[in-house]
Amino acid sequence: MITIFQAHKILTMNPQRPIATHVAIRDGVILGAGELGELAGWGPHRIEDRFAEKVLMPGFVEGHCHLMEGALWSHTYVGFFDRMSPDGDVQKGCKSLAAVLEKIALAEAKLTDPAAPLPGWSLDPIYFDNERVHRAQLDAISTERPIGLLHASGHIMNVNTKALELAGLLRPGINHEGVPLGDDGFPTGELKGPEIMTPVAAHVGFDRDMLACDEAGLWRFAKLCVRAGVTTATDLAAKLPDDAVSLMRRVTGERSFPARVVPLRFHVGVSPEDLISHVQALAPQSTEKLRLGRIKVIVDGSIQGFSARLRTPGYYNGAPNGLWYIAPEHLAYILEKSLEHGILVHTHTNGDEATQLVLDTMRRALRKVPCRDHRFTLQHCQLADTAQFMQMKELGLCVNLFANHHHYWGDQHYELTVGPERAERMNAAGTAARLGVPFAIHSDAPITPLGPLFTGWCAMNRRTATGRVLGDAEKITLDQALYAITLGAAYTLKMDGEIGSIEAGKRADFTVLEDDPEVMGVERLKDTRVWGTVLGGQIFAASDV
Amino acid sequence: MSEAVPPLTIIGGYLGAGKTTLVNHILRRSNGRRLAVMVNEFGSLPIDADLIEAEDGDLIAIAGGCVCCSYGDDLMAALAKLADLAPPPDHILLEASGVALPGSIASTVSLFGQAARLHGVVVLADAERLPEFLHDPYLSDTIERQLRAADLVVLTKTDLASPQRIEDSRTIARAHSSTSSIIESQGGDVEAALLLADFDVATVSRGSEGPHQLHLETQTLPMADAVNPDAFARSLANDPLVVRAKGHFLADPDGRALTLQLVGPRYTISEAPARTQPGVVVIRKLPQAAEEPR
Repeated sequence: MITIFQAHKILTMNPQRPIATHVAIRDGVILGAGELGELAGWGPHRIEDRFAEKVLMPGFVEGHCHLMEGALWSHTYVGFFDRMSPDGDVQKGCKSLAAVLEKIALAEAKLTDPAAPLPGWSLDPIYFDNERVHRAQLDAISTERPIGLLHASGHIMNVNTKALELAGLLRPGINHEGVPLGDDGFPTGELKGPEIMTPVAAHVGFDRDMLACDEAGLWRFAKLCVRAGVTTATDLAAKLPDDAVSLMRRVTGERSFPARVVPLRFHVGVSPEDLISHVQALAPQSTEKLRLGRIKVIVDGSIQGFSARLRTPGYYNGAPNGLWYIAPEHLAYILEKSLEHGILVHTHTNGDEATQLVLDTMRRALRKVPCRDHRFTLQHCQLADTAQFMQMKELGLCVNLFANHHHYWGDQHYELTVGPERAERMNAAGTAARLGVPFAIHSDAPITPLGPLFTGWCAMNRRTATGRVLGDAEKITLDQALYAITLGAAYTLKMDGEIGSIEAGKRADFTVLEDDPEVMGVERLKDTRVWGTVLGGQIFAASDV
Repeated sequence: MSEAVPPLTIIGGYLGAGKTTLVNHILRRSNGRRLAVMVNEFGSLPIDADLIEAEDGDLIAIAGGCVCCSYGDDLMAALAKLADLAPPPDHILLEASGVALPGSIASTVSLFGQAARLHGVVVLADAERLPEFLHDPYLSDTIERQLRAADLVVLTKTDLASPQRIEDSRTIARAHSSTSSIIESQGGDVEAALLLADFDVATVSRGSEGPHQLHLETQTLPMADAVNPDAFARSLANDPLVVRAKGHFLADPDGRALTLQLVGPRYTISEAPARTQPGVVVIRKLPQAAEEPR
């Protein structure tokens, strides 16, 4: 059966036919976009007119986020900014530390099991003049149950006395840079760095396997996708053991599951040889809504955690250089073997030295295994300079820049981590566009909220949370931003032949908007209202999911 | 600290330094000791199929009571799993990944030390390639930080390296690891003996690959009189020729029986098990060349 969707306006992102009013679909595939008269020739059809007053775009593609966003919503959100929950209610941001503690206390009052842990997430003290949380403040809420607040950056956690006690850390004489001590010689309850947080996290309810993927979390994640207009989303670092894969296959396979998920297998905890064979075994298990067989390599850490690898002149505050998360030889092996077997690799590099290592390694790998159209993609790639973008171009690399990060933490980079000049060049989407490096922009949800229209706004305006315009020269245009969140991201996943634009032969994936992005423009794009999505021809209203 | 908490030795060093070779060597010669070996991933650790008794995800039980455990990105969870083993292992060997900083691992292990107590950091370095690594702009600072964290540096593959390279590597190791002991490997037996808690001095001295070839000497201090525990341990730890010591002694003034474990400059003192005889075995290098005091 053929359905013809009627819309107020369709922004197809297909340059050959950029605007349309109707799109015809059959069996989840687009037959064509244009005017009704042109499409009627496909044969008997049904007109779907509920979008007659709405604007359709190709379903948005989020090229770097994590399913963990879905899992975190079973815990208390204590972020500074208003954030839409999977159920559609906008949770008000906590504008003071007192508000954070009040929200945690309210959540505590609802718990019946006295020993149950109480996890909260997205705390960000930089908006409270960097006032730190002390365990005594959390003890005032409960001394019986462990409480833990994960920071928005994901790199720090604050816990109460009970949690320290359970983790064996409630003692004097601790000498560790990740565990600040109070005047009494005991830890204050702040834990800095993943290796310190992880052993305590399990006690406060942040169980790692659960955060990676559980059934309820998958559903919550998919609901957020509908609300953000996203039809295809990555899970950019997963171990993908057999049980997780079969769970994901089952859940995403349900007809009512409203998102296409693209999980990348990450390199940690497996030898390079086993990594290659694992993704080769995963690839054939792909389904329509679960796409397997890609690799994510983490090369360095984070800039705000001072664990990213920077070239000279290094960190602005003099911190020592960061850490490698993979040996250069292993990176070389993974890149070469993946080129050889046609496996797509995305590499996380935050610092410019890490980016340079990938560029140098890629150059040698391509000499050994000449290959065009590999689409290997540098993820984050926040500090790359123009010379590095030139090399990306030469080597055929794509880049996915962290536009949202620039908004939320740009001021910190300006003042503390890399200093004014390099803070202005961070996430240089303008340079990527000028030089013709294929690029996307991302949220890294749950680190920042999922929402490609907001991400596009960040990349066009480069305005930080305090209102500073950071790097005027790297702003992109509305057309470039809309491209980046559709075809741009699809290209980095090698899926642009299938999704990313509304044109004949592609999947019937649409974002349904109440407002026209071209009318909203550069200043107001983030305020564009999302009605819902269409995935493979199936309609999902944000108000229903 | 109770004796039931097993000692943990971190084996660090860049790719190709011989960490896995050493771990395999030690596993093959466990001689009844119940070793737990922690590796980043199983990929590089070839365990003969007939030695595997049971496999449970990231834990493999090996004939003779040893286990192998892969820790991936969650070292502490793996350590907690080992703590549940009954009876506990005699010794834990943690093989760090090639770019990991053993110093960071050491401080994290000491922090969450319920399952193990840190016994020493051993860093392996390929005597042939160490000088070139120090000139690699991507790697030099990582290798230097590894060496700085070492209690004991083992220069490996000395049979393949020219005398000049070995000398250069020795100089580098000394420059970046001024407080540690530096030895040259001859095949694994001596490192194995040095790493494990219960080395048998007689066996080590007699073996063809024993200390004589390495210019090491062993000495047993009878410890007839009680001593101040910290002052005694420090005197050994500050001696640049002492690479390893273990044994029991009586504390001055209360007469408690204590156990000393020492690797290079790092030592731990714990309550001695019941019915132990006093005596501390010390392995030291023969003074070939003058060494700076540490």
